[in-house]
Amino acid sequence: MSLIFDIKRYAINDGPGIRITIFFKGCPLSCVWCHNPEGISSDKEKLYTRKKCIGCKMCVKSCPQHALTLTADGVVTDKSRCILCGKCEEVCPTKAMEISGHEYPIDYYVEQIEKEIPFMDKSGGGVTFCGGEPLMHHEFLLQLLERCGNIGVHRAVDTTLYARPEIVMQVRNSCELFLVDLKSMDSDIHKKFTGVPNELILSNLRIIAESGADFIIRIPLIVGVNADEDNIRKSADFLSSLPWQRRTVELLKYHDIGKNKHEKLGTQYNPQGYSFSAPDDELLRRCAGIFEAKEIRVKF
Amino acid sequence: MNIKKSSNEQHVPVSERVVRLRKQSFEIEPSLDIERALIETAFYKENEGKYPIPILRAMNFMEICRKKSIYIGEDELIVGERGSKPKAVSTFPELTCHSVEDLNVLNTRELQRYTISREDIDTYAREVIPYWKGRTQRERIFNHVPQEWKKAYEAGMFTEFMEQRAAGHTALDGKVYRYGLLDLKKIIEDKIAHLDFLNDPDATDKQEELQAMSISCDAAILFAERHADLAEKMAETATPERAIELKQIAQICRFVPAHAPRTFWEAIQMYWFVHLGTITELNGWDSMNPGHLDQHLAPFYYKDIADGILTRDKAKELMSCFFIKVNNQPAPPKVGITAKESGTYNDFMNLNIGGVKSDGSNGVNEVSYIMLETIEELHLLQPGTSIHISVCTPDRFLTEGCKVIRQGYGYPSIFNPDVYVQELVRQGKSLTDAREGGCSGCIEVGAFGKEAYILTGYLNVPKILEVTLHNGIDPVSKQKVGIETGDPRNFKSFDELYDAFLKQLHYLVDLKVRVNNYIDRMFAKYAPATFLSLWIDDCIAKGRDYYNAGPRYNTNYIQCTGLGTITDSLCSLKKHVFEDKTYTMDEMIKACDTNFENAEPMRQFILNHTPFFGNDDSYADAVAVKVYDDLYDAIEGKPNTRGGVFHLNMLSTTCHVYFGKVMEATPNGRLAGRAISDGTSPSHGADTHGPSAVVKSLGKLDQVKSGGTLLNQRFMPSLLKKDDDVAKLSQLVRTYFALGGHHIQFNVVGTETLLEAQKCPEEYRDLLVRVAGYSDYFNDMNLDLQTDVIMRTEQQELF
Repeated sequence: MSLIFDIKRYAINDGPGIRITIFFKGCPLSCVWCHNPEGISSDKEKLYTRKKCIGCKMCVKSCPQHALTLTADGVVTDKSRCILCGKCEEVCPTKAMEISGHEYPIDYYVEQIEKEIPFMDKSGGGVTFCGGEPLMHHEFLLQLLERCGNIGVHRAVDTTLYARPEIVMQVRNSCELFLVDLKSMDSDIHKKFTGVPNELILSNLRIIAESGADFIIRIPLIVGVNADEDNIRKSADFLSSLPWQRRTVELLKYHDIGKNKHEKLGTQYNPQGYSFSAPDDELLRRCAGIFEAKEIRVKF
Repeated sequence: MNIKKSSNEQHVPVSERVVRLRKQSFEIEPSLDIERALIETAFYKENEGKYPIPILRAMNFMEICRKKSIYIGEDELIVGERGSKPKAVSTFPELTCHSVEDLNVLNTRELQRYTISREDIDTYAREVIPYWKGRTQRERIFNHVPQEWKKAYEAGMFTEFMEQRAAGHTALDGKVYRYGLLDLKKIIEDKIAHLDFLNDPDATDKQEELQAMSISCDAAILFAERHADLAEKMAETATPERAIELKQIAQICRFVPAHAPRTFWEAIQMYWFVHLGTITELNGWDSMNPGHLDQHLAPFYYKDIADGILTRDKAKELMSCFFIKVNNQPAPPKVGITAKESGTYNDFMNLNIGGVKSDGSNGVNEVSYIMLETIEELHLLQPGTSIHISVCTPDRFLTEGCKVIRQGYGYPSIFNPDVYVQELVRQGKSLTDAREGGCSGCIEVGAFGKEAYILTGYLNVPKILEVTLHNGIDPVSKQKVGIETGDPRNFKSFDELYDAFLKQLHYLVDLKVRVNNYIDRMFAKYAPATFLSLWIDDCIAKGRDYYNAGPRYNTNYIQCTGLGTITDSLCSLKKHVFEDKTYTMDEMIKACDTNFENAEPMRQFILNHTPFFGNDDSYADAVAVKVYDDLYDAIEGKPNTRGGVFHLNMLSTTCHVYFGKVMEATPNGRLAGRAISDGTSPSHGADTHGPSAVVKSLGKLDQVKSGGTLLNQRFMPSLLKKDDDVAKLSQLVRTYFALGGHHIQFNVVGTETLLEAQKCPEEYRDLLVRVAGYSDYFNDMNLDLQTDVIMRTEQQELF
């Protein structure tokens, strides 16, 4: 089962032109700062937005499992009873209750993608599959990529590359562009903050580069994780060793937007209490300079 | 490499002179100027009844031009004011005579204040008011209208544009720069000489009109000469530097408007005299508009540059002086309902920049870019500006325009000539006339220099549904304002409800048209515009006035407001009452009647579980298309009295706020008194799928059938951070236009900024935002309108 948790139109930061971005649910990584924590688990999850809740108890009354109670802290779900049937989502007037992760037939997604075609045509845009980790759903992803290819839509896949090399190569042959997230060159640090080491990612990156694939590297710059000169220098060295036509890195400033989502999920943001912060402009400029010295273009 | 956004470079005016003039124009408070009314009243007392009306009007204009104070400000290069000083606004008692109470209100109200001294109020009460009692155009109209019209009008079913200003929409073509008034006088004399009194029953009327036009020519020449006299006199005591300028000004004023201009400077001054003449003669709605100014000025610009008598900076300085002149002319003050529906100092000049030439090719030239820079450097309330983007318009021009939009002044707005030329041709204009046309006021199309396209008023479309849901009764005023179409609780299907709605719609449109046709005649009879008629083809050729079928094309528009609200309301009824049967019709009507009291879950359910317009959703969009097509059917082609017909228009200005005030809650979950949706924009907050989905929805309307649609979009500044984002904005615009869009405009300002500006108005004195088809200072807007802007969906970066 491949669940999608969001479809975003007029996506202007997920590759060239105006795009539509499809978010797959499920990711092998669990980055502490993740913007879309509902994309980590590949199962359906319930999101509850406290400030939207008007306390009308419609959900409590209609829950077939009697899993919900209205308390002073809003509606509380007894997760041991909840079967994620979606009845509460259906009746909730304000959409305070939402199920994250829906499954539609492939035609539905193609239809949504087709809606954005006029904008893609004018802007050189296309579709971007992201997540979560779309490669976790490679079977469905490959079908979707094929359908999009048939109608001439430019395809980008936003991935961690944390997947088996043969899957990476299959996807490579069905898309025009990869957006690859690079978190840290130090495998221990990588493991500490994302849950997995980085060797597989780096070797996959080399494989697609050597196969002549087109890709853009995206680095979330986080002071306290990877925004140090040593890591940036190592990243630049590694990237400049790749055969790579585009030679473009996008630096994304750390943002704590994930906090909000964790609240909805009822989970805790950064439970370990790591100290993160966004790089200031000067640091950003210094990092950019390191890449530029290696003739790698930098975008913000 | 730019980490900070590159858009925040300081854009300063081109010269110190412009800095000073701008500051003055920004800071002066609008005032009422009773001089025009005094001259006119004295003239009427002496002369009314002695002359045929067109001649009386022309002589009145002559009298004003002869007697009014002449103003030439320090530093000015372009000269002439309607009032006796900048931002002094004349009154027009022959149309609506303000009472002492009106004047006191205008003098003391918090917003859109017009200062006037106690002494002037006393003079007005003594000299002006008594004479006009019973003689004004407004009284003529209100004494005539039928009772059912009055009830509907007072209930807010529609508004009436012509009850206190003259019918408007006067945009000019390039004639102004090809003919001097002496040339026109010759043509008129020739016309009079060839009148056929033997065979043409209208020959006498034509002679009177033509003679009046000729007097108007003399009046405007005299007005210019008086500026020349003053400039020469001022030169005697001026610094040597300024004396040279004043002498140049004098020379120019002696040459134009008597003759056609020869230089860039003369061309602008020529237009300005024509402009002043028009807005002094009468106070037509939507001011007066030079139309495609960049195209008109380009030949002068290139010639002067080649001749070495003009530099690019000098041209920009003159353009800046012109902009400031426009800003010095606030709209004449309105009162009553009309003030509610349009509360602004803005008089709606809308400069058309770019676009296509009459042969269909790209009209962008160097003057277009100079104008864009001027907009950015001055960022004043007026003039309104728009860029016109055809498929043949270069990307560079659109990009430069979008960079100005990114600054967040709410302008320029963006129009699509490829669609509006089709609109004009569909209405019956020749292809060339259509291409020389454009958009004026907010978004209204017209054949510039050849058409009187008169806005007659707004139609409150969601309220028609409200009345339908109450079997012809307005639930707010409790008056019967519609017809009996049955108790909707007995309707078996959505189609039955919709048919009832259509019957009400046709009834109300007919009621409005009937009165508009009467008003048309009143203007033709009592308020001919003999100076304006000089500039609109074919008034001279026909010997007929602008208000009396003189123009080549004669249109009346009815502006339909609230497409988003009506669509969403119908969708809600269709889905929740007739299809899902979640609520009964009775529950729905009761909820509206009680403002969803004790029914907040129901209201929230409707807001969150109904297909709404603006999301590229086929269910809702099909309803919108149906309503739009039916509005067109109800209005299109109804004859007016000037040989033309009524057409559909879709603008709202600020009327959606007033219309919302007179309505109870609506089935889409909108609360009582809240603004209805503006123009053809989605309802506030209803569009949740981003701007591309919005323009897809709008693209489904066959916009060629209207005389203009209006789409507001509000963008977070963060959505336009990078130059790449600006490129994507232009691609969004290009796509909308490829889908058949007429117009789009952007507010680039965050909610936080707006809320902050409400809290600390003094720190945001120059915060301009897009309101409807124009920008206004946020702090000059009333609370309702501010809320309206804040409630608009804010398109932002989603994570």
